[in-house]
Amino acid sequence: MDKSNRPFFSNLKCRECGKLYEKKAIHVCEYDFGPLEAAYDYDAIRTSISRAAIESRPQTMWRYRELLPIDGEPTVGAQVGFTPLVKADRLAAKLGIKSLYIKNDTVNYPTLSFKDRVVSVALSRACELGFKVVACASTGNLANSVAANAAAAGLKSYVLIPADLEQGKVLGSLVYGTNVIGIHGPYDQVNRLCSEIAGKYGWGFVNVNLRPYYAEGSKTMGFEICEQLGWRIPRHTVAPMASGSLLTKIHKAYNEFVKVGIVEETKFSVHGAQATGCAPIAHAMQRGTDIVKPVPKPDTIAKSLAIGTPADGYYAIHAMRQTGGGAEDVTDDEIVDGIKLLAEHAGIFAETAGGVTVACAKKLIASGKIPRDEEAVLCITGHGLKTQEAIAGKCGELRLIKPSLREFEEQIYNPDMAATAAKS
Amino acid sequence: MASVLIPTPLRKLTNDLSEVSAAGANIGEVLANLERAFPGVKERIFDEAGEVRRFILVHVNGEDIRFLDGLNTPVGDKDEVSITPALAGG
Repeated sequence: MDKSNRPFFSNLKCRECGKLYEKKAIHVCEYDFGPLEAAYDYDAIRTSISRAAIESRPQTMWRYRELLPIDGEPTVGAQVGFTPLVKADRLAAKLGIKSLYIKNDTVNYPTLSFKDRVVSVALSRACELGFKVVACASTGNLANSVAANAAAAGLKSYVLIPADLEQGKVLGSLVYGTNVIGIHGPYDQVNRLCSEIAGKYGWGFVNVNLRPYYAEGSKTMGFEICEQLGWRIPRHTVAPMASGSLLTKIHKAYNEFVKVGIVEETKFSVHGAQATGCAPIAHAMQRGTDIVKPVPKPDTIAKSLAIGTPADGYYAIHAMRQTGGGAEDVTDDEIVDGIKLLAEHAGIFAETAGGVTVACAKKLIASGKIPRDEEAVLCITGHGLKTQEAIAGKCGELRLIKPSLREFEEQIYNPDMAATAAKS
Repeated sequence: MASVLIPTPLRKLTNDLSEVSAAGANIGEVLANLERAFPGVKERIFDEAGEVRRFILVHVNGEDIRFLDGLNTPVGDKDEVSITPALAGG
């Protein structure tokens, strides 16, 4: 794609001290342990990328190829992304805001969460670097995506998860023939073990030693939002926060699109959403500090967000503060209400993290942090079928009748009509 | 002596050893002895203010020292001390 043979993706670079590194399977700076991030030649990209060029490409996340950190063409997950951006007018009315959009990654391909974006990049890069075994530390969605995409690519995989995850997420990994390892302990312990394993064996851990590549995949959610809005940055974006990486990368995506001349520079705010049972980033924001106090024992139904020691918490806070965004946290009951609000007013069934995002957006609108006469995009990152336990028994009951018209009339139709009449 | 797991970015200083032994009754002493055995380790782990750097986690037997007693967290002979980059996961 690069006609001048000048690589768009040049180096890895320490986010703290700026030291440059080769594009290998490394993720932290040797000097200050700061995160390594993909560095690009934006001048070269500016001459290659254009709205017309992007529009001429297949509708996948890889249409933004110049801004993704691999050398060749993608070999894993070439079909991922370009999920719908849904204008949710009924939900907007319910939440009391002028304009509301849902970025619907519940239907991302192939495993129904935004994690397919990051895995597509990480595993494409893993193949370029020659890895035969790939792995991850996961709260569930990432495990599903690594398992599926590794299976399709013929890579051996190990996924390490907390032992108490939802059944749907465990089965949703096992089915692909991966090795699912349940760890007795919270996610942060899984994470530490994976760092130790990655340091000892030559495995490609997508979110440890391949993290600089992996994390960049999240930017495509931001790129797609801009394109689907007609090439502009939304005024407000609300994203769920686990490690804080997605929010940080959406912020980066908007800035990069400005930098390479794809969209105009306009004012935007990014807001973060967490569950009260594990809200280290939101609580730091609310306290007005950037010191993220770790949560030793997360306790929330939003298990996919239950990261007590968020790797990108510090950067997420700076992204929110710099853009005038806010952070909220919500209880388990509010999360269930959020799932139902989205399902009943937009026809989208999200997992618990989606409930967190909707419920936090509701609070941000109610508090005026997101003004009612403006617009917001909610990033809904995973499908509700994966976390059915969370809402079982909380959204109505099955009504059982015999296959008889009389029973239907007596038990269903007549009482329902009477109830409707009484309401109106 | 406790065993200390060394993360990849520090192994150039530990002759590529991924695990070393270090004496000390608490984490502060163990890390000070690590510096004596492998000069240069200290400035990588601690910032200018003497605090463990923002992007480094120290665990004793899997427990984050921030939830224990920080650098005063006691360390026994058979304990496993782990130094890991904070930047993983999510």
